[in-house]
Amino acid sequence: MAGYIFRRVLQAIPVFFGTTFLIYFMVFAMPGDPIVALFGDKTPNPAVIEQLRQQYHLDQPFIVQYFIYIGGIFRGDFGISFSGEPVTQILARTFPVTIRLAVLALLFQSIAGIVVGLYSGLRKGKLFDSSALVVSLILISLPIFVIAYVAQYVFGVQLGWARTTVGSGAPLQDLVMPALVLASVSFAQIVRLTRSSVIETSGLDFVRTAYSKGLSRRRIVPVHILRNSLIPVVTFLATDFGVLLVGATVTEGIFNVPGVGNTLYQAIIRGEGPTVVSFVTVMVLLYLVVNLVVDLLYGLLDPRIRLVK
Amino acid sequence: MTATDASAAPIDGSTVTPLLDIKNLQVGFQTQRGMVTAVDGVSITLMPGETLAIVGESGSGKSTTAHAIINLLPGSGRITGGEILFEGRNIAALDEKQMEEIRGRKIGFVPQDPMSNLNPVWSVGFQVEEAIRANGIATGKQDVKKRAIQVLTEAGLSDADKRLKQFPHQFSGGMRQRVLIGMGLSSNPKLLIADEPTSALDVTVQRRILDHLEKLTRDSGTALVFITHDLGLAAERAEQLVVMYKGKVVESGPSREILQNPIHPYTQRLVAAAPSLASRRIESASKPLDGLGYEATRVTEGVDLIAAAESRVEGHAAATDVSAAIAVKDLTKVYKIRGGKGAASTLKAVDGVSFEIQRGTTMALVGESGSGKSTVAKLLLRLEDATSGEIRIDGTDTAPLKGKSLLALRRKMQPVFQDPYGSLDPLRNIGNTIAEPLSVFKVGDSKSRRARVNELLDQVALPKSLVTRYPNELSGGQRQRVAIARALALKPEIVVLDEAVSALDVLVQAQILQLLTDLQSELDLTYLFITHDLAVVRVIADNVSVMKSGRIVEAATTDEVFGNPREEYTKELLDAIPGANIPLGV
Repeated sequence: MAGYIFRRVLQAIPVFFGTTFLIYFMVFAMPGDPIVALFGDKTPNPAVIEQLRQQYHLDQPFIVQYFIYIGGIFRGDFGISFSGEPVTQILARTFPVTIRLAVLALLFQSIAGIVVGLYSGLRKGKLFDSSALVVSLILISLPIFVIAYVAQYVFGVQLGWARTTVGSGAPLQDLVMPALVLASVSFAQIVRLTRSSVIETSGLDFVRTAYSKGLSRRRIVPVHILRNSLIPVVTFLATDFGVLLVGATVTEGIFNVPGVGNTLYQAIIRGEGPTVVSFVTVMVLLYLVVNLVVDLLYGLLDPRIRLVK
Repeated sequence: MTATDASAAPIDGSTVTPLLDIKNLQVGFQTQRGMVTAVDGVSITLMPGETLAIVGESGSGKSTTAHAIINLLPGSGRITGGEILFEGRNIAALDEKQMEEIRGRKIGFVPQDPMSNLNPVWSVGFQVEEAIRANGIATGKQDVKKRAIQVLTEAGLSDADKRLKQFPHQFSGGMRQRVLIGMGLSSNPKLLIADEPTSALDVTVQRRILDHLEKLTRDSGTALVFITHDLGLAAERAEQLVVMYKGKVVESGPSREILQNPIHPYTQRLVAAAPSLASRRIESASKPLDGLGYEATRVTEGVDLIAAAESRVEGHAAATDVSAAIAVKDLTKVYKIRGGKGAASTLKAVDGVSFEIQRGTTMALVGESGSGKSTVAKLLLRLEDATSGEIRIDGTDTAPLKGKSLLALRRKMQPVFQDPYGSLDPLRNIGNTIAEPLSVFKVGDSKSRRARVNELLDQVALPKSLVTRYPNELSGGQRQRVAIARALALKPEIVVLDEAVSALDVLVQAQILQLLTDLQSELDLTYLFITHDLAVVRVIADNVSVMKSGRIVEAATTDEVFGNPREEYTKELLDAIPGANIPLGV
């Protein structure tokens, strides 16, 4: 087990350097001069520009900039944003909000998705199943911002069930609607995945054998059908975490959540290399950790994987 | 037609209610084209403690009948008529809740495939224990565990207490089957239904498991319904026999009677085709006195394996060319196995194997799974490279061959594999499949290739109309014929048949065996015939080599091996042929 985790951490090292380098390069290659852009329509003082350039190392060649930045990261210094705030502070402010949002969405999509999918799969071809299939297809087909705007208008404006935008400090009750919107597409996919997996498992020989042993349906469904059906769903959840973070950017923008997505979006627009790269790096690390956890969970569900390694 | 006709009269003269009395059972499957009848008016009577075998080929409705009894029909299957009286009560009319009470507790079930019938994500102990708990046989953690160990030990699993925590994938097929038998018997049911309980296992394992099952059911007075496609096996293990064909019972009665005097033409064909019985008959037929009885059961319709075997012998008497087509010397193959902590251990799959096969003859390589026989085939075909040793084809060492000369070797030597489903490309039609080797080797133009394909289809007795069909539209037997036709396309000298008939029903198996024999005498082919089933060896092979743990333990002519086996292991294999010990009235 320890050896396995160690190997996975080793694998993360090239991924870390690869992604940071790539992102840094792309921000560097963006057209326009970020310093000039900072001043908008005003004509800046050339001396001030020169000073800012030096402060942000923008006068150095690209590769030097990259290594100055990476060196900083290892000293715990993620650089300073153009507004003068240390990036570490921005990270500390925004990540908890987004993680709360993502966990809420993850909980909703996995619990509701598996329950609906299981129920659907066990009643294949019945009314509930057909409706679930249609609803999930609609959710999958709609872009997330359409769902967000519709939810905002219907639940926020018309019905007044929730606040249309998230207030300062992002209290949990304000995050429920954005989380539901964020989870909607994956929820639909999990419903479909669980459903087909349950249908497949139900037809397997060992399920019939379980019945032949005299077990009741109430025992067979959770013990023999659900557990086996969850294996592909867990795999999906791992890869879906990335989708959740990407979706957060759009959703946070619409609901004005002061989280990672919103801040990252602003930073990209302004061409703030250190901020963008820092955010993406933390996201990549988070993604790697989540995938490692899911892989371990996978072994817990399926002993065949636990023992081969 | 019921099994009661001749047998069910109780010894003391009093009337005993049958344990199981199936009356005119009808089972249908809902399809898009309406209801399809799978079981059509089947009646079976079984007395307490009796053993009954249901025999038939795949699709005959035998498994469906078994599933109908415990009301576990797959998919859209439904009982559409008739009654299933169990202890005088019609269990076909019970609801799901009442049926749960019957299953496991009153009627145990041992399924067919040990590989797919245990849930891979739960430990073996868990799966046995839940059956014991569900049927109220024991309560309390310790008692349940104790009972589970007892059940598994009785089913013949050694170290049962240590193995409870293990998972199915850590068990061999035979061990899994023991677990399933243990489960089926865990609640001391009155009736045990065993659906082909050993067809996925090696003969020797099969024999041990069946012996054990027989002992268990005899000791506890459990009645047994035993489903199989092997008539020899059925006759050896069951007092009563029910022969099913296309959903109907065509013949039923005491096993020996049916075997010795089959009345229905289908049963006659089945008796003639069963390799286990055929090999026995060849032996008997060689004794002149037995000729009369043999003539009586000889069939005109269908395949006659004995005639096939005879023509083989005659064919070889005429052949004078006795040069070795294949000469293998000290062949060894070592595999590296990755150990748990990076340490690599090695496995000698093939260990110093030597043999020669004369041109135009057949050598059978026999052994249980894991004995290394398929590895020999791979090495011979140069699909893998030998660790050491030498393979000479027509006197040429094959090891240094590469590029063009290797291709030339491949052309001379063609394989036919076990799985007729897996070895044909589902996206290629039959014509293209057979023509593929021709186009690879650029033989002729497209017109002559088409002609050759037709000729080959003719040789393997398939209609020319199949050219445009796809593998999924063909039966298993037809597919295996296509695989043979493909192997013959390049007019090879050597054909390596790796379990080429093992996956087929007996009647189809007999047809393919006959086809192979005919083709051999026609085209002077050399066969290496790899199988775990000694019964078919008798029909097809001139020489037999018996493999165990990577070594050849016995090599002799077929007659010598069957008549006078020297090795203990060979004797064990021979004894394991089902039906071999039945006194046949031939």
